[in-house]
Amino acid sequence: MWADFLHRAIMQSIPLLYGSTGEILTEKSGNLNLGIPGIMYVGGIGGVIGAFLYEQNASSFHPVLAVLITLLSSMLASLLMGLLYCFLTITLRANQNVTGLALTTFGVGIGNFFGGSLMKIVGSDMPTINLNLTSSCFRTQFPFANDLGWFGQIFLSHSFLAYFAVILAIAVSLMLNKSRIGLHLRAVGEDPAAADAAGIKVEKYKYIATCVGSMAAGLGGLYYVMDYANGVWSNDGFGDRGWLAIALVIFSIWRPDLSIFGSILFGGLYIIHNYIRDLDVSGQELFKMIPYVVTILFLIISSNNGRRMSKAPASLGLPYFREQR
Amino acid sequence: MSETHQNDVPAIRLENITKSFGSVIANNNVSLSVNHGEIMAILGENGSGKTTLMNMISGIYFPDRGRIFADGKEVVIRSPKYAFRYGIGMIHQHFKLVDVFTAAENITLGMKEKGRYDIRRCEEQIGKIAAQYGFEIDPRRRICDMSVSEKQTVEIIKVLYRGADILILDEPTAVLTPQETEKLFTVLRRMREDNKAIIIITHKLNEVMAISDRVTVLCKGENAGVVKTSETTEEKLTEMMVGKKISLDIERSEPKDVTPRLVVKGLSFRRRDGVDVLKDVTFTANAGEILGIAGIAGSGQRELIESIAGLLKPQGTISYIDPQSGKEEQLCGKKPIQIRRLGVRMAFVPEDRMGMGMVGSMGITDNVMLRSYEKGKTVFLDRKTPQSLSENLIRELQIVTPDTDTPVSMLSGGNAQKVLVGREIVSEPKVLMAAYPVRGLDINASYTIYRLLDREKQKGSAVIFVGEDLDALLALSDRIMVMNSGCVTGIVDAREATKEEIGMLMTKSTKGEVDTVNGTN
Repeated sequence: MWADFLHRAIMQSIPLLYGSTGEILTEKSGNLNLGIPGIMYVGGIGGVIGAFLYEQNASSFHPVLAVLITLLSSMLASLLMGLLYCFLTITLRANQNVTGLALTTFGVGIGNFFGGSLMKIVGSDMPTINLNLTSSCFRTQFPFANDLGWFGQIFLSHSFLAYFAVILAIAVSLMLNKSRIGLHLRAVGEDPAAADAAGIKVEKYKYIATCVGSMAAGLGGLYYVMDYANGVWSNDGFGDRGWLAIALVIFSIWRPDLSIFGSILFGGLYIIHNYIRDLDVSGQELFKMIPYVVTILFLIISSNNGRRMSKAPASLGLPYFREQR
Repeated sequence: MSETHQNDVPAIRLENITKSFGSVIANNNVSLSVNHGEIMAILGENGSGKTTLMNMISGIYFPDRGRIFADGKEVVIRSPKYAFRYGIGMIHQHFKLVDVFTAAENITLGMKEKGRYDIRRCEEQIGKIAAQYGFEIDPRRRICDMSVSEKQTVEIIKVLYRGADILILDEPTAVLTPQETEKLFTVLRRMREDNKAIIIITHKLNEVMAISDRVTVLCKGENAGVVKTSETTEEKLTEMMVGKKISLDIERSEPKDVTPRLVVKGLSFRRRDGVDVLKDVTFTANAGEILGIAGIAGSGQRELIESIAGLLKPQGTISYIDPQSGKEEQLCGKKPIQIRRLGVRMAFVPEDRMGMGMVGSMGITDNVMLRSYEKGKTVFLDRKTPQSLSENLIRELQIVTPDTDTPVSMLSGGNAQKVLVGREIVSEPKVLMAAYPVRGLDINASYTIYRLLDREKQKGSAVIFVGEDLDALLALSDRIMVMNSGCVTGIVDAREATKEEIGMLMTKSTKGEVDTVNGTN
């Protein structure tokens, strides 16, 4: 049972990890993108649309092509959401919180609209869309995973998107701390005026970080549909994972490498109610609340210690305009 | 950048530069040139367009009209990056440094060097520059752990590291002690010998005389003349600056009926982040006297007067001695409203005048009313009394405003400050505290404020004046209390003390005091 629990916790953690890595990248540029839940949802439906169109229209099913089309359409969809956020907050300097929340509502609306439309096209009785063929390509595992006992079950029986999430988190972590681009990006998020005076193109860094961050988060939505939900899209099925990803950013003190472990912890807490016997509905909901309670507790503890290092980028959420007086 | 310059070609030349923000013209047809191996001072009152002009050279703003030449060639400076390309570097008044980065990280920020990102190599390079010009710096320290003068050093090295030949310093001495200023000037002179062109923005006349070769005076956004420093005097420069002669002497009346009004004993305050901002502060503020408070910004001045005003809850005692009854009231730990109910008439002109002092979007009348919000018998407001009061203020203090309902944020800094100080004085305070009341004000407005403070002193209130301009502090105060890192390092007679003495006290080590504080805890 322990191995099963850990395996499920890791599966649960991957969307959170994508979401938080994307959000950390975004926040390091000073943009507080609260649209992440919407963007992840759109990333999911984007992949579903791509896979659906391919499965319906291709004369013969080619696995690699299916995966590529799905990935690209998912990333394109979340990129458009990211661009919209950037245009509103960076170019037009709209309020970041309002824009983010609007984008979350908008993204869920878009996802449900296209989800509903696809269901109408198929004319199915169930309010779901099944993409078994593409999903099984996404869920390809190492062939030797099941021969290695509990180790194989916990760590090796995942799909490529899961391993890519971990690689991405480590890569972003290295980029932020060890490269010149990372130094510049952190400077933009800490003090855009200082970065600007040093000759860094603040708007460019904000656009790129936010858009790449959105695409990473969108992959989280795609993983949920294709791997976790076995290729079954149902409207509003994604739940509140997007918000959990944002909470994870705070919990992992803006460090993608810590976010890997944090996401597994959050993922575990998210499903722990399934592994406790004799829980009624209200008890289950109490358990589901734990990640948020942990985040609040963490906020209380981390705000009380005076160290500036573990805190958010200093100009997070603030617009920047060079000629402002 | 080439190493040899012909000295007859100006390092930077501006031709008919014009820049406006909305309907406000910040610079109008300004021309100016600076040579290599020369220190040029740009002198002007606040709002005369000094900083705007320099921001256009360094690429922060873009001029509406006009041309800029660097080393004789016409250039277009679209952003700070372009400025670096032409060897122009600006040290801003508000440092543009990332707090959580180290000195070396800040210095290399934005550089596109070939090869791997290698902070160690940058640190070596920084050490070389520091040695060449005589800076003291540890490239691995974080900016947030540095003093103001160290931060300034980082800014200067940052500009030199990029190979700048033309250095612009915006009010570099505003935050420095006299000793640190002298050190900075030594470095600047060394750079002049190194054939760099240096532009220094300032409004301190004595510094202009001490460091510059030539002076450009700006008045209301226009060039009011260029003179050789050796051929001018402070008086002549002032005349050019404000367009008319004004007296540079601050009035200081002789104190009379000096009696203790406020006795502060053992005041200590620990901020939420665990930093002790006040450590065992003890002093007496007398009626009929101005007590000046000097110190580097952030040495606890703000916390001290906020404690007296009842905004903070420190430990220790603050006793107010009533002039009529001679009774002692304990103010420490009481809220402002409780202090007022005790019958203590205290006025407080905060440092952050638009944030804490007034509501920017409300008119003069409404802001005057803020002082008496708890008075009145009905739910409806009495607007007549404050209205006539504001009209009085406008007349007496010569506040320039269309009417009493124009939002105070639309007024100039000087006029807004007059409203605030005027409102506080109307209540005939027994204790008047003013924190940096002339910050951002031009010479004329500053002198009005100084006169108001002196008048209150003559009326017999205890005036506490927190200032940053040591010349003004020495000329206006009767006694000066110097603070450093939350400790009182000395209280001196303002009529006898010198600027150097106060400068020494401002940086005097407070280790001893800290230890005794810890010992008693």
